[in-house]
Amino acid sequence: MAARVERELAQRTRFHNQARNWLANPVHLIGIAALLFLAYTIVWPVLKIMYTTFIWRQQDVRLTGEANPGHFTLYHWDRVLASDMSMNLFYKPILNSLGVGFAVSALSMLIGCGLAWLVVRTNIPWKKTISFLVVIPYLLPSWIISQAWLTFFKNGKIGGTPGILEALVHVSPPDWLSYGFVPIVVSLSIHDSVFFFLIVGAALSSMNSQLEEAANVSGAKRMTILRRIVFPLVIPSILSGFILIFTKAISSYGVPALLGTPVNFYMISTMLYSSMRSRLTTEANVLSLTLMIISILTIYLNQKVIGRRRSFVTVTGKDSARTLTSLGRWRYLAASATTIGMIIISVVPLLVLLIQSFMLKEGNYSLSNLTMHYWWGGSNPDINTGEKGVLQNPIFMLALKNSLKIAGIASIIAAVIGLILGYVVARGRQTWLGRAVDQVSFLPYLIPGISLAAIYISMFAKPTFIIPALYGTVTLLILITVVKELPFTVKAGSASMMQIGKELEEVAQISGASWFTRFRRILLPLNRKSLVSAFLLVFIGAMKEMELIIMLITPRTETLTTITFYYAEKGYEQLTNVILMIIIAIVITVYFLAVKFGKADLTQGIGGQ
Amino acid sequence: MNAIELQGIRVALDGKQVLQDIDLTIKQGDFMTFLGPSGCGKTTLLRTIAGLQHADAGTITISGREVANGEKRFHMEPSARRLSLVFQSYALWPHMTVFENVAFGLQVRKLAKADIRRSVEAALDKMRIAELVARYPSELSGGQQQRVAIARAIVTEPDILLLDEPLSNLDAKLRVEMRAELKRLHQELNTTVIYVTHDQHEAMTLSTQVAVFFGGRVVQLDKPRELYKHPKTLQVAEFIGNGGMQMNQLEGVIRAGGGVWGSHRLETPIAVMPLAEGDGVNEGLEEGQEVVLTIRPEDIKLYETNQAGSLGVSVSAVFPSGAETLVQLDAGGWQLMARVIGETEYEPGDTLFAVLREQQMNVYDKKTGFLMELSYATTNNQLGESSHEDRLSYSR
Repeated sequence: MAARVERELAQRTRFHNQARNWLANPVHLIGIAALLFLAYTIVWPVLKIMYTTFIWRQQDVRLTGEANPGHFTLYHWDRVLASDMSMNLFYKPILNSLGVGFAVSALSMLIGCGLAWLVVRTNIPWKKTISFLVVIPYLLPSWIISQAWLTFFKNGKIGGTPGILEALVHVSPPDWLSYGFVPIVVSLSIHDSVFFFLIVGAALSSMNSQLEEAANVSGAKRMTILRRIVFPLVIPSILSGFILIFTKAISSYGVPALLGTPVNFYMISTMLYSSMRSRLTTEANVLSLTLMIISILTIYLNQKVIGRRRSFVTVTGKDSARTLTSLGRWRYLAASATTIGMIIISVVPLLVLLIQSFMLKEGNYSLSNLTMHYWWGGSNPDINTGEKGVLQNPIFMLALKNSLKIAGIASIIAAVIGLILGYVVARGRQTWLGRAVDQVSFLPYLIPGISLAAIYISMFAKPTFIIPALYGTVTLLILITVVKELPFTVKAGSASMMQIGKELEEVAQISGASWFTRFRRILLPLNRKSLVSAFLLVFIGAMKEMELIIMLITPRTETLTTITFYYAEKGYEQLTNVILMIIIAIVITVYFLAVKFGKADLTQGIGGQ
Repeated sequence: MNAIELQGIRVALDGKQVLQDIDLTIKQGDFMTFLGPSGCGKTTLLRTIAGLQHADAGTITISGREVANGEKRFHMEPSARRLSLVFQSYALWPHMTVFENVAFGLQVRKLAKADIRRSVEAALDKMRIAELVARYPSELSGGQQQRVAIARAIVTEPDILLLDEPLSNLDAKLRVEMRAELKRLHQELNTTVIYVTHDQHEAMTLSTQVAVFFGGRVVQLDKPRELYKHPKTLQVAEFIGNGGMQMNQLEGVIRAGGGVWGSHRLETPIAVMPLAEGDGVNEGLEEGQEVVLTIRPEDIKLYETNQAGSLGVSVSAVFPSGAETLVQLDAGGWQLMARVIGETEYEPGDTLFAVLREQQMNVYDKKTGFLMELSYATTNNQLGESSHEDRLSYSR
């Protein structure tokens, strides 16, 4: 009897101690908190949205007599996939999305890889200038390029002033050049090729040139070396760039909305938005899910193709002297051509937009037409139905405040959460918890921004548990930005944490430092560079964010991008351009500050998966 | 008093049993070395003592206080165990100066600023690096980083100092220097030191006690000299013999009495040695039992003329290395290595006469690998006795 009591007591101490040990490990505590957060902000919404697509809604009663609210049905899927409206609602948009996705990825790959090779592997001069010019389009919202495109190639289709091209040669550009597939692909490719440039450039520069030299010594020719050695080594990064751009392109909203909608060229993302606006919520949900399925399939295929070879690129950390391919007498010609090309793509559109913001009437290129009206003019009923100049406009001030608030707060939170979750992923690599956090934090990558927003509308429309109704608040915009950027910040955080030996923390632990002290005094300073990079990445992303928030915006939470987009859709071109210039000024200022004082490096985290 | 007592420690990592039933007692003031090849569990045991690794079973008692109990799943925080650990990689914080690195443990304890400064300076003085106080780790040489790491470990005046292969990242010259430094430090501080290494020389020169690890077990616990003279198993003998000591191995067979010899004898390809007869000696020997015989190079004496009990050998190579010379010999097809103090004039091809000092040989059962207690019949090999001039107190 006494023996049994004693045994039970021993059992109890054992369990008690075991539980205490488990909780004493910061990886476990943070991991559990992180999983709960991720489950609520990512997993639950996706499941919920899936559920709604299989259930009759109250409104459906008006559409069909079969409707039985609250019960299972395949009606919505049937309606999207196999009804008389499927062609316009689903099949055409999805083909357009896939077409644009592939075309953009391919074009960006060509531009990005070519530039990366030129800058990293050849002796081309002016490398710094070229690299900087390549990064400029990334600092701008992608649809600014569409805006610039319209300035040049607009035709009379939707009225308003024709573009520069028509003004110069007096020939109206055909529709295919002004709107639809071609301009969408070009705009997105110009914006996205920087990802290829950064990812493939990093892979090329971490590749030891002794690998090439070894092949050279074995008697291989230059083309053979490129084909058999260099290409297979960078293929994992090329593929991951391809996936990143493909998923970004199919879910982009701003560009197809500006360039596609006027000619009824719909992509899934724009169709999703207009279904949402016309109260076809469930159909919109089905579209969201199809977008997600496409993203998941692409990533799955990528895993299949690359398999284990993923880690190639980072194998050699040792920097050996690189032997550069000599371009011979083409050196300066190549440099000039590249620089001029990049200036035409990145700088000229900006200049044109800047000049336009000072033009009272579009299309009139005389000196007397210049004005500051759109910058700080008062209200004039003859111009833009009385919209005031931007700096006089209280709505602009509100939007500026909101944008800075969202971008500032979200980027700080996202960077810190990224680092903390990165800690859990890096230190918990062998445990189920670490792997779970790693996998789940990657999920937002698969959810197109516009779908995530669609989910969040219904999720935060009314209060749940302790969480108040966030719809219509800046907090919701911050939350969704943080969640959407998690895959990048966690990736950057864990990569950076893995560089830091466990011992550095263990020494402090033995000295008696608590986890918080260790984080603050050791991990934080050592990860500073990655932290600033993640901050910068999120800040730039948030300043130009469009897809993600357009559906969540209310008059009180207007941001710079949404107000710009509103002006652009209204055709107030000068006002659009003024705000664009301000956005660009902010982004570039922060970029320089971060690079100069924080030693930020954009390549971290952009690596995608 | 015992500084540390380990009882029945068992640790598994990733489902693999790394430590099995470790029992070990370390006395206050000891310099205890855990010696063994990589992957034998010595570092894991060190981490278990420090509390960075949790033992699945067994208890750890430090200065009479139980700090871990595997059965109860009780593991005291590392910081509460009053010990310090110096990592193989030094683990200096690159973003802190030498001063900040060393002061960290004291700052965490919220000591007064003046006290911290005094203690840090004393620790740096003790490690003779007072002038480096404002530098960053990246501005220090490997040896200096090592000193900072040790200063950081001793500044909190721990009862036990744990060192995990601290010298393995240093070049040969610095290693010798730091070895002397560690010995001095141990004598000065008079703390208990546990030192992990795979280097036999380090273990021999520094320790007061050596625990040899193989496959997650302690196979021998001895004073360095004993360990060197009488390794308990063939495995230990080979490991100890490896580090540039050129241990000679011969295979042999035990033959039962009879014939010309009249008693049990040990037959090797190069010599036959009669064994003593009598009560309590050489019991349990079997006819045909296979054995392995080891003899250190310095226990082979070379003569230019024939001696009683010597065997004829020819020189196959000579490796002079200053203070001593290694001579490779061919004895009827078997290679032997002999160590001779000073320089020799032997040339390859010379014929010499070698005397093996039987008393210094160790004989192991080939099947079990355990050391056998053999005593030899007093032979005609008086030379073996007379050469007990104790010329070697082996040290490097």
